[in-house]
Amino acid sequence: MFPKKPSQLFKASLLTLAVAASGAVSGAVSAKDIRLLNVSYDPTREFYQEFNPLFQRYWHERTGDDVDIRQSHGGAGKQARSVIDGLEADVVTLALAYDISAISEHTGKLPADWQSRLPNNSSPYNSTIVFLVRKGNPKAIHDWDDLIKPEVEVITPNPKTSGGARWNYLAAYGYALETHQGDEEKAREFVSAIYRQVPVLDSGARGATNSFVQRGLGDVLLAWENEAFLAVNELGPDQFEIVVPSVSILAEPPVTLVDKVADANDTRAVAEAYLAYLYSPQAQRLAAKHYYRPVLPALADPRDIARFPTLKTFTVDQLFGSWQQAQQVHFNDGGVFDQIYAP
Amino acid sequence: MAVTRSFSVLPGFNLTLGYTLLYLSILVLIPLSAVFIKASEFSMAEFWTVVTADRVVASYRLSFGSSLLAGLINMAFGLMLAWVLVRYSFPGKKLVDALIDLPFALPTAVAGIALTALYARNGWLGQIIEGYFGIRVAFAPLGVLIALVFIGLPFVVRTVQPVLQDLDAELEEAAASLGANRWQSFRYVVVPVLWPALLTGFALAFARAVGEYGSVIFIAGNIPRVSEITPLMIITKLEQYDYTGATAIAVVMLIFSFIMLLSINGLQAWSARRTGRAG
Repeated sequence: MFPKKPSQLFKASLLTLAVAASGAVSGAVSAKDIRLLNVSYDPTREFYQEFNPLFQRYWHERTGDDVDIRQSHGGAGKQARSVIDGLEADVVTLALAYDISAISEHTGKLPADWQSRLPNNSSPYNSTIVFLVRKGNPKAIHDWDDLIKPEVEVITPNPKTSGGARWNYLAAYGYALETHQGDEEKAREFVSAIYRQVPVLDSGARGATNSFVQRGLGDVLLAWENEAFLAVNELGPDQFEIVVPSVSILAEPPVTLVDKVADANDTRAVAEAYLAYLYSPQAQRLAAKHYYRPVLPALADPRDIARFPTLKTFTVDQLFGSWQQAQQVHFNDGGVFDQIYAP
Repeated sequence: MAVTRSFSVLPGFNLTLGYTLLYLSILVLIPLSAVFIKASEFSMAEFWTVVTADRVVASYRLSFGSSLLAGLINMAFGLMLAWVLVRYSFPGKKLVDALIDLPFALPTAVAGIALTALYARNGWLGQIIEGYFGIRVAFAPLGVLIALVFIGLPFVVRTVQPVLQDLDAELEEAAASLGANRWQSFRYVVVPVLWPALLTGFALAFARAVGEYGSVIFIAGNIPRVSEITPLMIITKLEQYDYTGATAIAVVMLIFSFIMLLSINGLQAWSARRTGRAG
């Protein structure tokens, strides 16, 4: 049924407006409505899906206010660029500090020393880089040195386009540095040897997982531990298994407040509480459940913690100075990674 | 600029021209000029170093080369498809006709993943091609070509089809009765009429292929200097927050494509004049 005259149409739309307005007003009477936008990267989707309701309940109990939390997920670099280009994120929870520093550097929306604002380098959960191999480990891959055996094909995405791949690269490089007493030349040779075994450089981590799992390419996939667990769980423990190397990198996906946005939206208090709550027992437990290593393991379920083998880890700051330096030396145009492919 | 206004029975020339210019400005010219403005942050020398880096040049070769080739392949097979669809009737023709548009509707990433699954070493076709013939399709430049042929297919078919429908079979019969053999009537009667449409289809398929990212990126393998397409070089720059470098490469792509499209249009006008049809 269509209203026949323009005046009828007008009345109808007025009515709709009135209804909508009354709804909004009645909502505002009971409590303050707050909106929060968390801009994150791909593999945290499931974690934040469960974390957000926890925080909403917590915040409601504490203040009586309701928070509407919106999530945005995508490749970490793309997400950071969206924030730089004006996406109004109150908080960012990304895969590497470099991307958050880029936001700070390009927009000044958050201070340069953002990473010291929260405990553990502002990373409430960690991960590490492990190997995913086919069931039974037919190529006998146990540690980094096995990756450069001529018959082994390695699957890892392109570190120029994938943040996750930069962790893989730095893990391999760091391992070589540790075994060769800090000899940069030897470390370069080692990573060059690994990338010579890489048949396909996918543009993102999920693409690489796909190549390994669905396309049947390669013998070993370098992956974040949490992603490796997910792959094994979803695709069947009868097909793949995880191999933990003797030493690997401590992958720290950091979180922080975007000060200027939060201040403009008047959400600083709730956004800060949101981030702090990531360190709460509930959140730490949840992180462990989603295969992230919680920074406060005592708070998580011991059965979940038992799934993580202990291994020696190093951080980016310890071996490479900082993420900015690592990016500059290894991944920018003309850097060490480019030289691997130089003719 | 003097515009000669010939009398037209239809009113509203000024109005529609105004709207056209406004519309084109907002949708095309302003975003494109933003690219040029951003790239102008570079000095000429810096710009030149970025856009002629050998890895980038290798990517131009792959992107433009395979786009041209894909356009040509589509021109040949698109004509054949259109011919079959217009001139013959067979069961399931409607279905085939609808299938042609599928590459338009499919999200490019889906196309890329599907093609990769098919042509990878363990895929249906990949098993045969790589296993028996030793030719690598997926994760090699050949894979790029296949993806570009796939996404460009509808353009030639859809531009040629209506022209072919309007082309009376009687013309060919007349040619035959005047003593032309099949090849002659195809070459001198059919092709001249279809030529502008074929060129348009080719230009569209080519332009689409140059800018294609989603479907290619999955099948290319992205090995530096071997199977990196130019749009990937732009993404790579963006990942380093090198906005100016990214736009510099974009400018080169734009200029390249514009020149190519302009010359295709020129070719079209020239051939239209030659065959006695005013453009």
